Amino acid sequence: MHFDYSEEQQLLADSVRRFLGKGYDFEARKKIVASAEGWSPETWATLAEMGVTGLPLPADAGGFGGGAVDLMGVMEAFGDALVVEPYLATILAARLIARAGSDAQREALLPSVVDGKLRLAFAHTERGARYNLAQVQTAAKPAGGGWELQGEKAVVLGAPIAEKLVVSARTAKGVSLFVVDRGAVAINAYRTLDQMRAGDVTLKSVKVGGDALLGPDGGALPLIEESMDFGAALVCAEAVGAMKFACDTTLEYLKTRKQFGVPIGTFQALQHRVVDMYIAQEQARSMACLATSRADSAASDRERRMAISAAKIKIADSCRLISQESVQLHGGMGMTEELKVSHTFRRLTMIAQQFGDADHHLARFAALDGEGP
Amino acid sequence: MDLSYSQEELAFRDEVRGWLNANLPQDLRDKVANYEELTREDLLRWHRILAKQGWVAPAWPKEWGGTGWNVVQRYLFEEELGYVGSPPLIPFGLSMCGPVLLRFGTEAQKKRFLPRIYNGDDFWCQGYSEPGSGSDLASLKTKAVREGNEYVVNGQKIWTTLGHYADWIFCLVRTDSNMSKKQEGISFLLIDMKTPGITVRPLMLMDGGNEVNETFFENVRVPAENLVYEENKGWTVAKYLLGHERMNTGRIGGSKRELAKLKEFAARQPGDDGRPLLADPRFRDKLTRVEVELMALEITNLRFLDQMRRSGQPPGADVSMLKIKGTEIQQALTELAMQAVGPLAQPFAPVAANTPFDEFTAGLAPRYCNYRKTTIYAGSNEIQRNIISKMTLGL
Ligand SMILES: Cc1cc2nc3c(=O)[nH]c(=O)nc-3n(C[C@H](O)[C@H](O)[C@H](O)COP(=O)(O)OP(=O)(O)OC[C@H]3O[C@@H](n4cnc5c(N)ncnc54)[C@H](O)[C@@H]3O)c2cc1C
Repeated sequence: MHFDYSEEQQLLADSVRRFLGKGYDFEARKKIVASAEGWSPETWATLAEMGVTGLPLPADAGGFGGGAVDLMGVMEAFGDALVVEPYLATILAARLIARAGSDAQREALLPSVVDGKLRLAFAHTERGARYNLAQVQTAAKPAGGGWELQGEKAVVLGAPIAEKLVVSARTAKGVSLFVVDRGAVAINAYRTLDQMRAGDVTLKSVKVGGDALLGPDGGALPLIEESMDFGAALVCAEAVGAMKFACDTTLEYLKTRKQFGVPIGTFQALQHRVVDMYIAQEQARSMACLATSRADSAASDRERRMAISAAKIKIADSCRLISQESVQLHGGMGMTEELKVSHTFRRLTMIAQQFGDADHHLARFAALDGEGP
Repeated sequence: MDLSYSQEELAFRDEVRGWLNANLPQDLRDKVANYEELTREDLLRWHRILAKQGWVAPAWPKEWGGTGWNVVQRYLFEEELGYVGSPPLIPFGLSMCGPVLLRFGTEAQKKRFLPRIYNGDDFWCQGYSEPGSGSDLASLKTKAVREGNEYVVNGQKIWTTLGHYADWIFCLVRTDSNMSKKQEGISFLLIDMKTPGITVRPLMLMDGGNEVNETFFENVRVPAENLVYEENKGWTVAKYLLGHERMNTGRIGGSKRELAKLKEFAARQPGDDGRPLLADPRFRDKLTRVEVELMALEITNLRFLDQMRRSGQPPGADVSMLKIKGTEIQQALTELAMQAVGPLAQPFAPVAANTPFDEFTAGLAPRYCNYRKTTIYAGSNEIQRNIISKMTLGL
């Protein structure tokens, strides 16, 4: 047993952190967020150069074949800097292509992802489905050798800035995956609370060829669930980076902000509060280690599911405690857009609800626990 | 012991409820229901409707337009205002500056300002906090120097709520820096926002809204007749006002309304298993806990009122618990509402104002963010706890 990153993992995490520290500080991020595109192609290109976009993709596609643990340090750095580029969206969709795609699909798409030339999004969630992954009403019907897709997807992260979408749809045989050009769908684009680009996607009689089907016709649910668990593990790691920033900056504020002639950190009522934040952060880090370790290398699906659910419950709780307390202990300043901590608050708030909120994972964990080993 | 309202009190409540339902304009009602930003005109329109009915300042003495209602009736009225979902009555004139003038103002000041506050002719804001003086208000530094018949004011206020709408600001300023105690040497000044030298700069909050500002004073000349009470005795005025400010922070009517709305919403919203979220025991239990907290707060509030009605005295330090519990409940409700919509809580409405997703849903996450303010402003909940610890528990 050991909890250290390998030398390679550490090196990559360090260089990503260094790059973000220089080119993606809070002021730089503000400009990126305020730009019409809402993300930075230059940043994306640099991440690709550093090998980050290729990290979790297979070697035969030019990637590095990395797993969730290899991504942990990178995601932490992203959480610290509040990166808004569509990394998670692209990686989730690319992994689906890597795992389910034909040789032709993999060759056509993955090398461009590795090179940073292709951004993807995974369009799965639908209005009313909540966190139930099986709730897919978007339909795919055979049409002239290809397929015709009809339906709506909600809050698709990265959709407005992706070139292609991986879309889940129900055929006669069950839930299946399709690769669809962004240009073929209608997107209501907006920003999310945490300043990422997202959109509601409408597929209105969208015709795609037979080669758009990703993996078998029907039976895609287990793959989707595995993929969402992988995404959950990544946001757990990202959350740890964001939490660390929130805790550090709050601690710093307590040491420097003076009221009643003394630093407010001298008030014991506040000291215990930051201690609890610190404990929550450490507990979250432990669970992020568990999540990334089990996301793609668990002994069984059940083991993976339980680990991810346990981690997501704990991370959601810590996100909530740390985000709320960091704002509260900053007083009025914590409420303003001017301080980064309020943006970290927003990201942590969203992570708590992404890939299933605490209640969803409590239910999943309890059900699996009840089944016995 | 009898926890029920009397027949007369219930009749009074029904009358108020009926009138509010008949007189609250639909467009204002909709704006409040959708958590939309209210304009100066929206706020004043509702203020003036109530003023015309004679109900805008129930607690004031009758000669100045008060209703003569007792404390229970006033409480019922406020609860109904919250419950019906009316625009808020901005407290700065009606429940802060007004009561201060009634208690400390000269006849001339009362005649000049009170009718205009009552009728909604002047919009007021509050200039207490400064960048270096929040919880430790008495350390404030904004200076006012007497020159002949004027005070010359220099300094900065921060967090001035709706300062960008305001015609007037009441300020705490330092008129003497050589006093041994920092609470001494502070004065209470009324300042016309149109006076040269005042700059209002918006401070954006994390929900993207502009409700607070920084207010800068550079050689602002204020007629000495705008001093309230005695020079260097402003802290006495402020303390009186802080007591007033904390009386209405339970916000029970508003929370009842949000709770009812959330229940109704959760009954329509499917949970993970496709059944209504309200039937999900995990969600339901959380909702029930908030509901029970609210019941306890309501009864606690009524106990305070009963005491007040009998003793004629405000309840003192213990009102802090109404602020603590009331704000915790308000925050819990916004959090549950955000959780109720699950993944759909992510879109951020202010930035995407013209995208056609459901307006109500889109407002929930920003509202959750915005409501974090409630445990910070009007005396942070930590300071409220300090008050109970010191004043009630003697620690
Ligand atoms: C949305 C909003 C609207 C506002 N509107 C107005 C307005 O219209 N006019 C106006 O004058 N002011 C207004 N305020 C200011 C408000 O009153 C102050 O924010 C509040 O008093 C806290 O001061 P601060 O922000 O400087 O925080 P600080 O006093 O710096 O406090 C920082 C943290 O330390 C804690 N703390 C401080 N002292 C102690 C202690 N002794 N023991 C334990 N904990 C302590 C606080 O609770 C807080 O968590 C508003 C604030 C907000 C957020």
